[in-house]
Amino acid sequence: MKPFSYERVASPGEAVEAAAARPGARFIAGGTNLLDLMKLGIEAPQHLIDVNRLGLDTIEPTAEGGLRIGALVRNADLAADRRVRRDYAVLARALVSGASGQLRNKATTAGNLMQRTRCPYFYNTDMPCNKRRPGSGCAAIGGLTHNLAVLGVSDACIATHPSDMCVALRALDATVETVGAGGRARSIPIAAFHRLPGDRPDIETALEPGELITAVTLPAPLGGVQLYRKVRERASYAFANLTVALVAEEGQIVRLAFGGLAAKPWRVEVAEGGDDADLAADLALAGATPTEDNAYKLPLARRTLKATLAQATEVRS
Amino acid sequence: MTATPRLPVTLSVNGETRTLTLDPRVTLLDALREHLLLTGTKKGCDQGQCGACTVLVNGRRINSCLSLAVMHEGDEISTIEGLGTPEALHPMQAAFIEHDGFQCGYCTPGQILSSLSVIEEIRAGVPSHVTGDLEAPIPLSDAEIRERMSGNLCRCAAYPNIMAAIRDYLGEGA
Repeated sequence: MKPFSYERVASPGEAVEAAAARPGARFIAGGTNLLDLMKLGIEAPQHLIDVNRLGLDTIEPTAEGGLRIGALVRNADLAADRRVRRDYAVLARALVSGASGQLRNKATTAGNLMQRTRCPYFYNTDMPCNKRRPGSGCAAIGGLTHNLAVLGVSDACIATHPSDMCVALRALDATVETVGAGGRARSIPIAAFHRLPGDRPDIETALEPGELITAVTLPAPLGGVQLYRKVRERASYAFANLTVALVAEEGQIVRLAFGGLAAKPWRVEVAEGGDDADLAADLALAGATPTEDNAYKLPLARRTLKATLAQATEVRS
Repeated sequence: MTATPRLPVTLSVNGETRTLTLDPRVTLLDALREHLLLTGTKKGCDQGQCGACTVLVNGRRINSCLSLAVMHEGDEISTIEGLGTPEALHPMQAAFIEHDGFQCGYCTPGQILSSLSVIEEIRAGVPSHVTGDLEAPIPLSDAEIRERMSGNLCRCAAYPNIMAAIRDYLGEGA
């Protein structure tokens, strides 16, 4: 790893002050993604601000009947929370379909939101990548694309977002709470949190430099049957080819989002309220731009949605 | 390259207080192996994929390769050395030997610490990818154990014998 300095902060206010004082500093909590990238030289912050002791590690009910999840709640603890298992099953199931037990014990809610792509060209520092080195080009385009994006791509980047948790948060219409320079608080709808690549794939979220995530808020429970189906090349501990987050009620789609298809969770609001999986798949995949290598994702998304909706109907009866 | 100032950190390792002064780049794994000479914790992939470096921090299993030692001020670290000794094996260690739950043995410390954590996590109601009913008590089934052990790779593919060791441990001592 490139040398860096390190400080530990005790409050969100201290954290944003420390970040404002050291442009280019990074917050570190679980570290399961950032340290991996630092070891490979893909990330090289000169200063790390350890936010593990900010106390943002509780899950509290909100006045609106939802839940406020502290930024530092570990993925394992969020999945195990009784209220999450009962009222937000799609989130619990998404969380446990990702990573390993060891990683889920360490990875945090905010860190999961900030996960970076696993595009093999982002990881290969000998090749061009517009995320890693803006303006250097995209080696993935024309490269081996079998697990890259089919929706929302640009001429600059075809990477996917790797998170399972974020797909469920998108289906549930979560809100990301932050604090920025001068203590200014913001609420960012999850729909606006992750960005499509456009011509700046290196800018992945709506966060401003030095802005700190403090919590994720869930609205009141939706009810219904909540499922998360992950299709991958191993039975466990692998990133997705694609995923489906579904909330259904009596065979009708209440919420639908796909993972593994784009640089952000792919919510399909236009299909919500319908009960025809084929029509929903048509709507979801309209405008897809697959390559020869990843065209399989289109029929796979359709069939996975059909199977998941069928399962939701079965569970209910 | 600018020199990185070293920082003090105090850990409790297998019940003993240890104070070190470390470059902030030192991972918890390297602190244990290189600075405390506790080489039971193994370095496999060094990127969180193989699980050979699994240790317990405040009772929970993590990959020690993906954590900086300086982030663990005041934490309680448990490694394989704290579990048992050749003269007084932990029952899970004995079960791994009884069932040949290894060939080369390199992944074994991580496998053993994970095995014990998996049982605790199931009993504590932490769901997994194969859990059916998210609100019911979770069975100590082979499917649950296998899924939860997926963060510990074994190049020798001793997986069936590792399962047998865990089942034996559950039958005998749990």
